[in-house]
This record gives sequence, structure tokens and C-alpha cells, in this order.
Amino acid sequence: MYNFAYHRPRTLAEATQLLAANEDAKLLAGGQTFIPTLKQRLAQPSDLVDLSAIAELRGIREEGGGLTIGATTPHAEVAASEVVRRVVPALADLAETIGDTQVRNLGTLGGSISNNDPAADYPAGLVGLGATVRTSKREIAAEDFFTGMFETALAEDEIVTAVHFPKPEKAAYAKFPNPASRYAIVGVFVARTAGGVRVAVTGAGPCVFRARELENALSADFAPEAVEGVSVSADGLNEDIHASAEYRAHLIKVMAKRAVAAAG
Amino acid sequence: MPTVTMTVNGRQVSGEVEPRTLLVEFLREGLGLTGTHVGCDTSQCGCCVVHVDGKSVKSCTMLAVQADGAEVTTIEGLAADGQLHPLQQAFHENHGLQCGFCTPGMIMSSLELLQRNPDPTEAEVREWLEGNLCRCTGYHNIVKSILAAAAAMRGTAQAAE
Ligand SMILES: Cc1cc2nc3c(=O)[nH]c(=O)nc-3n(C[C@H](O)[C@H](O)[C@H](O)COP(=O)(O)OP(=O)(O)OC[C@H]3O[C@@H](n4cnc5c(N)ncnc54)[C@H](O)[C@@H]3O)c2cc1C
Ligand code: FES
Ligand code: FES
Repeated sequence: MYNFAYHRPRTLAEATQLLAANEDAKLLAGGQTFIPTLKQRLAQPSDLVDLSAIAELRGIREEGGGLTIGATTPHAEVAASEVVRRVVPALADLAETIGDTQVRNLGTLGGSISNNDPAADYPAGLVGLGATVRTSKREIAAEDFFTGMFETALAEDEIVTAVHFPKPEKAAYAKFPNPASRYAIVGVFVARTAGGVRVAVTGAGPCVFRARELENALSADFAPEAVEGVSVSADGLNEDIHASAEYRAHLIKVMAKRAVAAAG
Repeated sequence: MPTVTMTVNGRQVSGEVEPRTLLVEFLREGLGLTGTHVGCDTSQCGCCVVHVDGKSVKSCTMLAVQADGAEVTTIEGLAADGQLHPLQQAFHENHGLQCGFCTPGMIMSSLELLQRNPDPTEAEVREWLEGNLCRCTGYHNIVKSILAAAAAMRGTAQAAE
């Protein structure tokens, strides 16, 4: 690891100032992606700004009938939260499937979405629920936030502060995990909302996306059988040692069916 | 260099560290607590698990500066008054280790499980150990040891009531 200067500010304002004052400064949340990256010398920040001591960035609360979760809230806290279980249980289930106990104890919502790993779970939850990302500068709809493989709409000096999730009528997440890392080979988040059915797919492509064919079929009939007749194309899907594009296309349907069945 | 201060196994310690120093390096090289092992150094194997403020974490994936001000417990902090912790005793009695390299991490990880859930099922134990790899045992006796420790700890808790 290259060396760097370390800061642990107590307020968002201080963190923003540190980013502005040091051009090559980077944010540190749970470190479960960034520390391995630093160890491999794939990044060389001059400064690390640790967000963990900023109280206003952490916590879970009900807001406008939905949920607001602070950026530095760890996965384990979301998985164990009674509020999340009551308002959007599918989100607690999703958090429970991330990595392992120790990764969930440190890894955070804000870190996961800012990193936007193509196989990460939270992006499917955000896009599936039609969530809004709140940052130090603005609010961004989830669909506009995730822009590509490991890419987001965030500016260099922008900090995710929280995510707001509206409450769906029904929702569930089904994931086919890589047995070693638990990252999604394919993960499908299905939600029935007042605005229609939303189906978000992670792991299968370079970035989370909505499966419109499945949404149309499920809008007509929200039942696992409705998925049967839909054809999901393998075009542009990921292909690697874990799964071919065709297999991933197949898994999208299987996971969608399981999610609809689980949503009830 | 920044100075970090933390409570390790009940004892307050301070040391100067480069910000890039990992918590496991501080524990092993700075404090000589070599019970915490480094297996993969890539966040996969769980040999390096310690508790920070009551939660199990991979100390190869945390900086020492992040633990400034925290309460840290390592495998060396479990035995009390010359008595092995029930988890240590159970691994000993149930042949829960062969080479022993993964054992400190297995014990520190399962300790958090038993603190949250004193009576886990076998499936819950296996699922909890997702982040702990063992190259020797095939896990069977590790799971057996943890279930035995859970029973022993429930027995002690009942006797104390
Ligand atoms: C063994 C292992 C298994 C895993 N399995 C899974 C899995 O199954 N599913 C899954 O989804 N993930 C998995 N992960 C990743 C895990 O969820 C990480 O926690 C997550 O990707 C990053 O979150 P973090 O808080 O650790 O962020 P960090 O590693 O600290 O930061 C990640 C990036 O985000 C930036 N960042 C952090 N916070 C903010 C913020 N508030 N605003 C702007 N930028 C920010 C950082 O600068 C950095 O570039 C796994 C990780 C490991 C080590
Ligand atoms: S050494 Fe830390 S997880 Fe393997
Ligand atoms: S006992 Fe050898 S690695 Fe587990």
C-alpha cells in the first residue's frame, strides 16, 4: 500500500472541505472494497477521509411512509433492523445476502453504491425500488445514479449522504451467488409499486439495468408463471469463468420467478 | 506519524503507526499478539478475525488508525484466570482443529454468533462461518465444537441464575 494522510472528520462540512482542499483525496467508508484496492496499489490517494465518525451519515429512519438509510450504515445493521423488516423487508433480506458476517459488519450502503461493482447487490435494490440517492450536493434518481461499470453520476468531490426508499406494495430479491465471494452472478429485485412493476437486474450485465420485458409481463399478471413466456436476450450480458452470457440470461428468468414467488 | 490509542484485551495501548498500517500488523508486529493470523491477506479467509467494539471484523481489511479509540479483543483476550474460554475448550475437546491456522479466526467469529444467538442450529453455525475458511478439517468438527461451546455456555448461564 502506498502511504497517505488519514483524516476522520466529525461533520459532513469538514469532510467536504478536506476533499476540496486535497485534489487526490478519497473517501473511506467500510474499507471492504477500498482497502483491498489500496493493498493492490490500484489507487494512490494523497489523503483518506474516513466517514465513520460523522453521526449525521449513519442510521435508519422512516420518512414519508418509506425508509431513509444513512450512507455509512453497515449492511449488518440494515439486515438486523426492525424498521427495515417492517417497512421494506426485501431490503433487509438483500443486505443479509451480502458477503459474510465480517464484510457486513463494516461494509456500508454508501460505499457499495458509490463503488457500483457490476455484481453488487444494493444497486438492484435501489433501482428496483425507485430509490433516490441524496448527496452533499443534490438528489439523484437511482436509475440516473448508476451510469456504467464501476461508474456513477457522482462528481469527484461529492459525498453520498443517504438513500431514500419508497415503500413498495410487494417486493423481493433473489440472488444466485458466486459460492466463493457471495457476489451476485445474477441478482433480481422485483417490486410492485403504485407506479407499476419494476424489475432490476444486477450481476448479469456491466451495470444494473431494468428488464422491461419482464416488467411488462409482470404488470399484466404478477405471478411466477407470467415470467415463463418472456424471452430474455443474452446480448451484452457478462461472460466470465463463472457463467456464460446465455446462462446468465437463463438465470435472470429463474431469479425473477423466485423473487415474484417470494414477494407473494 | 499518527499515534493510535486503543484498548486491546482490556489493556490500554498506544503506538505510532503509518496510516497505511493494517490493524493486524499493529496487533502482531506492534504489540506482539501473534495469535491473530494472516492467511490470505485479501479479505477472504477470516484467519485474521478480531472483535472491534464487540463486532467481528477482518483485521487485514481495517487500518490501525480506523481502530483508534476502539475496544479490540483478540484470541489472546479470551482465556481468563488461566481457564480456557468455553469455545477454546470445546475446540480442544472436539478435535475442532488440525493445523490450527484458521482456529483463532474461527473462534473470534463464532464468539460473535454465540453472543447474539446463544442457541444456534447447525445450519445457522455453518452459514455464519461463510467468511472463515479451513484447509484441514472439513468443518465438521468445527461446527461440532461451536455447538458444544454454545451448550456449555448456556449451562453456565443457567447455573448462575
Ligand atoms: C469477501 C467480500 C465479499 C463481498 N461480497 C459482496 C456481495 O456479496 N455483495 C455485495 O454487494 N458486495 C460484496 N462485497 C463488497 C462490500 O459490500 C463492500 O462493503 C462494498 O462494496 C463497499 O462498501 P464499503 O463501505 O466497504 O466502502 P469502501 O471500500 O470504504 O469504499 C468503496 C468506494 O466508495 C467510495 N465511497 C465510500 N463511501 C462513499 C460515500 N458516502 N460517498 C461517495 N463515495 C463513497 C470510496 O471512496 C471508494 O471508492 C464483498 C466484499 C468482500 C471483501
Ligand atoms: S487474512 Fe484477513 S481475511 Fe484472510
Ligand atoms: S485447522 Fe488447518 S486450516 Fe483449519
